[in-house]
Amino acid sequence: MTETATIAAALDRYEVVIGLEVHAQLLTRSKMFCPCPADYTSAAPNANTCPVCLGLPGVLPTINQEAVDFTVRTALALHCDIPPFTKFDRKNYFYPDLPKGYQISQYDLPLSVSGHLEFPVGGDAVRCGITRVHLEEDTGTMHHAGDVLQSATSSLIDLNRCGVPLMEIVGEPDLRTPEAAREYLVRLRQILTYIGVNDGNLEKGSFRCDANISLRPRGAQELGVKVEVKNMNSFRAVQRALESEIERQTEVLDAGGTLVQETRGWVEAQGRTISQRSKEQAHDYRYFPEPDLPPLRLDAAFVERVRATLPELPEARAHRFQQQYGLTAYDAAVLTDTRDEADTYEALVAARVPAKLAANWQSGDVAALANEHHVPLQHSGLGIDGLASLLRLVDAGTINGPTAKELLAELYVSGGNPEGLVRDRGLAQVSDTAELSALVDAAITANPAAAADFRAGKQRALGQLMRAVKEATGGKADMPLVNRLLRERLLEQ
Amino acid sequence: MTPRTITELAAALRDGSTTPRTLLDAALAHVDRTEQDLNAYLAVTRELGYMQADAASHMLEEHPDTASPLCGIPMALKDVLCVDGIDTTAGSKILRGFKPPYTSTAVQRLFDAGAVCVGKTNCDEFAMGSSTENSAYGPVGNPWDIERVPGGSSGGSAATVAAGSVPYSLGSDTGGSIRQPAALTGVVGFKPTYGRISRYGLIAFASSLDQIGPFTRTVEDCALVYTTIAGHDPRDSTSDPRAVDDPLASLHAGVAGMRLGIPREYLGEGTEPGVRDAVQAAFRVLEAQGATLQEVSLPSTDVALSVYYIIAPAECSSNLARYDGVRFGSRVERPSLTDTYLQTRGVGFGNEVKRRVMLGTYALSSGYYDAYYRQAQKVRTLVSQEFEAVFKEVDAIVCPTSPSVAFPMGSRDDPLSMYMCDVVTLPANLAGIPGISVPCGFVDGLPVGLQVIAPRFEDARVMRVAHAYEQATDFHAQLSPYASAAA
Repeated sequence: MTETATIAAALDRYEVVIGLEVHAQLLTRSKMFCPCPADYTSAAPNANTCPVCLGLPGVLPTINQEAVDFTVRTALALHCDIPPFTKFDRKNYFYPDLPKGYQISQYDLPLSVSGHLEFPVGGDAVRCGITRVHLEEDTGTMHHAGDVLQSATSSLIDLNRCGVPLMEIVGEPDLRTPEAAREYLVRLRQILTYIGVNDGNLEKGSFRCDANISLRPRGAQELGVKVEVKNMNSFRAVQRALESEIERQTEVLDAGGTLVQETRGWVEAQGRTISQRSKEQAHDYRYFPEPDLPPLRLDAAFVERVRATLPELPEARAHRFQQQYGLTAYDAAVLTDTRDEADTYEALVAARVPAKLAANWQSGDVAALANEHHVPLQHSGLGIDGLASLLRLVDAGTINGPTAKELLAELYVSGGNPEGLVRDRGLAQVSDTAELSALVDAAITANPAAAADFRAGKQRALGQLMRAVKEATGGKADMPLVNRLLRERLLEQ
Repeated sequence: MTPRTITELAAALRDGSTTPRTLLDAALAHVDRTEQDLNAYLAVTRELGYMQADAASHMLEEHPDTASPLCGIPMALKDVLCVDGIDTTAGSKILRGFKPPYTSTAVQRLFDAGAVCVGKTNCDEFAMGSSTENSAYGPVGNPWDIERVPGGSSGGSAATVAAGSVPYSLGSDTGGSIRQPAALTGVVGFKPTYGRISRYGLIAFASSLDQIGPFTRTVEDCALVYTTIAGHDPRDSTSDPRAVDDPLASLHAGVAGMRLGIPREYLGEGTEPGVRDAVQAAFRVLEAQGATLQEVSLPSTDVALSVYYIIAPAECSSNLARYDGVRFGSRVERPSLTDTYLQTRGVGFGNEVKRRVMLGTYALSSGYYDAYYRQAQKVRTLVSQEFEAVFKEVDAIVCPTSPSVAFPMGSRDDPLSMYMCDVVTLPANLAGIPGISVPCGFVDGLPVGLQVIAPRFEDARVMRVAHAYEQATDFHAQLSPYASAAA
């Protein structure tokens, strides 16, 4: 059986229950509890550290208000409630990437609770509950001389990442397929990047996901034994790891076996999960309230101030694009995929580019160029204003499509003023009827066979005549007009 | 020449009869003469001291009128207070060689005022103890009888003031670690309201209980040091933003008309008869000053000790997790990470620290948290409420600081009997309220302390009552043999 067929067969007998935990680093300027820069990738190892994030004796944490704002913003985007009282707790465990020997996190009174995320999967609406969104600090990173710390002969520690604000988004076990799990993550990442709190990079680990998955016989009320899956660093990896777990758990259950509650790691190269830690080996984190930080009181006025900073969310924006600009659902989705994309589109429309024209060019040629050069439009030589003036020339009939396409490719890299270039290079479209009529006559005279074929009903023969006129104008002819003039002349004779 | 107070020295510095260098020379010479007996210092900061003395001279010359009363005056710091570039061990082997790259806020405020640092004082390891016998660097002798302990954990800071080496020092008080050694060495020791003094740069024992405070010879000096170090610090989120009342403004207001409470539970069976007599005599003195004394009740006192020994170890078990040998301090190198952790901590920590780390780890463990830590927090709230109720009836509480006078070294090898030392001091830490100890008599030549406790943020009131008592008696003026020898 193929993998898909195996999964489908398993889903007939078992109900799959999936819940996801996402850790997302916040795009704050400084770290969670100290003034060090939160950017940990561009500095030399251990350069962005201070006594606080190094966990030296006697120093104390202070709360980064921007991180609180970002977390509340996220919670509001996910329809969570913000309790008026929240506190930080210590999660205690020993590991060299955790200098204090505890992580400051939130245990029983998180910043937000009871939200949800809605999204379509294969045409069905899925609603996944969000248990909580809370705030904590990231750990440092380690580079082992060996596969794992236990067998490594040495290990280097970089504490630049240590103390970077980290948001944990805990989803309810409401997901029923690996596909839904993947879609949940795609949507969640889209929202986080939209509201500007996270850069959504799974590969670098600024957006990380752990999954809890269990199987139960269809119709059963009681949940099955839960397995936690870690080490997935792409959307595809999440889906594949969950599929692999469904297969593995189905085999065990089908053979009458029982599953053990454990943590398993996804091994991309082998396409399977391997056991990392059993329930018995689980840490006792000895959570208790962080005595160095007073509890936070978030009043309604504060929550409303944060709510006012929320941008229009992608789903609402796509809906509005359909209504306001007459776009198809598909175009609206593409153009609202990221906030930059949607902002660019609305800037073009605001610069008097017709909505449909802007949509076609932005999602077509512009997207291709952005992809090719790895430079988004706003950072290209042309820029959003340049593209708008180019498209206004197209809309006014000043230049034709092919000319616009060539200019776009050139200006995207080198930059320049489209209007000036069209004038200087004489690229304006030839649309003078008298001038074109003379060229049409000349083309017919020069290509008698093609003219005869067309008159005999061969539509395709018109192409040769069109090309002749186009070449005669150096590519600047208004081709729809040439087409009309050719047909009129050929049919009247 | 008897050891002089901050007030006296400040005047002498201004009338030209002495200089900061002269005072530092004398302090260092005194320390040199007495260290063999007392072992009060873990480090003498000669170089830093002379640098600060010279800077202080300059400040006094330039701005004699606006310079702080602390300017140019020598002092000592408990070795749990971080000073940039100066060895800070917290009395532990595990921090041997650690030089913090920062100075604690309270200390920085003293330095900014022109204080001159003589050295870092000996203490119980990580401030855990009541006798300073838990220091990894040997015990401290009590200047009244060097066979006896000076109390703890700030034993070195208490002893150096009692011996007359310096007019003041800083300590830290988590369950009585300033007040109890002050009582046992016959000096003034003050634990301010929790949140009044920034804890930034104080090596933590139990974060929700720790508070920095001064040892001085007089209550007036105590007020001078307190006003210099108190106040909000953005680097300590538990420090309070409210403006600090000036204790000097009300220091001489007296106790006439004040209602003072004597908690029935604080003079229980464990109190030595000599201590009880001295304290009761002190009550009469206060009455003679016009205060009304009445008995009050703090019924949770007996459980407060148990609660303290759950909460403090719980926080300590977490606060001390950072001493893993990975980044600073001493490390015992082993082939595996786990063995390196175990050996580093096994060798680096002393028995009392290990006992409390284990107690705290146990109290926070899954399955025990509700029975111990959560329950303890509830009782802690109850302790606070009982104080609040009592403070509706009286303005302040007066009671012994310690149930006993200084005891012989090695006489309390049972941890529980040692823990009993703090039975009348630790409730103030649980409630976060201010408490002071002033000398109030002697039993067989050993000092006794009177404790004054007031509501949160009534630090000035505590000093006012203590000052009124002090001015009516001369116990504070009696000198230990080491201080008399300085004369």
